Amino acid sequence: MSKLVSWQELPCGAIITDTKRVLENKTGAWRSFRPVWNKEKCINCLTCWIYCPDAAIILKDGKHQGINYEYCKGCGICAEVCPKKVQAITMVKEEK
Amino acid sequence: MIVAKTGNEAMAYAMKQCRPDVVAAYPITPSTEIVQIFSSFVADGLVDTEYVPVESEHSAMSACIGAAASGARAMTATASQGLALMHEMLFIAAGLRLPIVMCVASRSLSSPLNIHCDHSDSVASRDSGWIQIFCESSQEGYDSVIQAVKIAERAYLPVIVAIDGFILSHCMERLEILSDEEVSDFLGEFKPNYSLLDTKNPITVGPACLPDSYFEHKRAEAEGIRQAKGIIEEVIEEYRKRFHRYYPVIDEYQAEDAEVVVLAMGSTVGTAKIAVDELRAQGKKVGALKLRFFRPLFSEKLVASLRKFKVVGILDRAEAMNSYISPLATEIRAALYHQTEKPLIVSYVYGLGGREITQEDIKVVFEELIHIKETQKVKDEVSYIGVR
Repeated sequence: MSKLVSWQELPCGAIITDTKRVLENKTGAWRSFRPVWNKEKCINCLTCWIYCPDAAIILKDGKHQGINYEYCKGCGICAEVCPKKVQAITMVKEEK
Repeated sequence: MIVAKTGNEAMAYAMKQCRPDVVAAYPITPSTEIVQIFSSFVADGLVDTEYVPVESEHSAMSACIGAAASGARAMTATASQGLALMHEMLFIAAGLRLPIVMCVASRSLSSPLNIHCDHSDSVASRDSGWIQIFCESSQEGYDSVIQAVKIAERAYLPVIVAIDGFILSHCMERLEILSDEEVSDFLGEFKPNYSLLDTKNPITVGPACLPDSYFEHKRAEAEGIRQAKGIIEEVIEEYRKRFHRYYPVIDEYQAEDAEVVVLAMGSTVGTAKIAVDELRAQGKKVGALKLRFFRPLFSEKLVASLRKFKVVGILDRAEAMNSYISPLATEIRAALYHQTEKPLIVSYVYGLGGREITQEDIKVVFEELIHIKETQKVKDEVSYIGVR
């Protein structure tokens, strides 16, 4: 979380010029279910990457590398769109 | 140049001379002609504007917001239900600090359905963060649109310029217009601080703001409209120097030695001035005040002006539905609260849904105000002029 500032220090109209700042806003704590990715089952179709409403599917050289839990909100879309014959992603209850 | 134009024609012509990059609009009585005439300017190639014919006023304001966020000079026009349908987007335009200018031909709100003049539409947008200018004449409407563009772009706030529906919008007046070059020179090019289209410097517009910072943004926005007062006075002064036409934020008419005055916004001020002339001829010390800006409310100037009178009748062309008194009167009483010497404030609602108000009606108000001055007693908290 970035430093909180007073009203005098804010940009006019809440315009954000430092667009990388959104990375500081970790939203993974919202999750109540976590997707668990099975590397052995994954066929690398990247449907989950396309459908993820955030950018929580980690991709490297066009290959699925796992899930970024700092931003994943546990919506379950990735598990839902993972092909029925593959089922490489399962949702498990988040436990403290 | 001197021409004959209706209020709507005057507003459309002023818009053309301001050379907006984008106009997005949906027609609604009595402001239809403004966008109709403007779209013909676009079709005839007289202005290089992207005209967006949208399917609703909500979309009109949304398109103006998108255009202004990308650094364009954006304008629209509406009235009544159209302004009400924009309500959600009005707050977004102001919160994003976008300098959009909107012409409004003031009209009542349904229900019951009525297309005629009152100020309910703009007054209902009071807390949206828009600057609001109420014009006495079409000439003032024309000049105010040009001033509004400069005020908006300096203050980074959206501005409503309101002319009274039908009374001004459809009534032909003698109008002094400036040349295109004079308007261009006065306004200059709009150079926005940021633009969505500037891909080398990407920005986020309209981010989510949680409880830890939303309050600070609103505090800053409130300061923005407060600070706009100085900008407004600078622009009015620049306009006076350049074009010799002067519209002060509070216009005092025969008020120097007056004991009893009426205060109003819009075309009724002209009617009140005639009533004042007639009563002055009878030796009565009466005057009229025109409030040009409903937002920002020039409360310090109002207090300085009003302190010297004994009784002030506030003429409101809108009803606040059982607020203690009518909308404008509420604000003016609040502004005067801390003064030890202050006039009695009498609240009048008039002219809803286009009900005529004549100088005779205003003379009756003056008689009541003079009686109140003598007795120091205000009988009714709100009086209604000309209602059966």
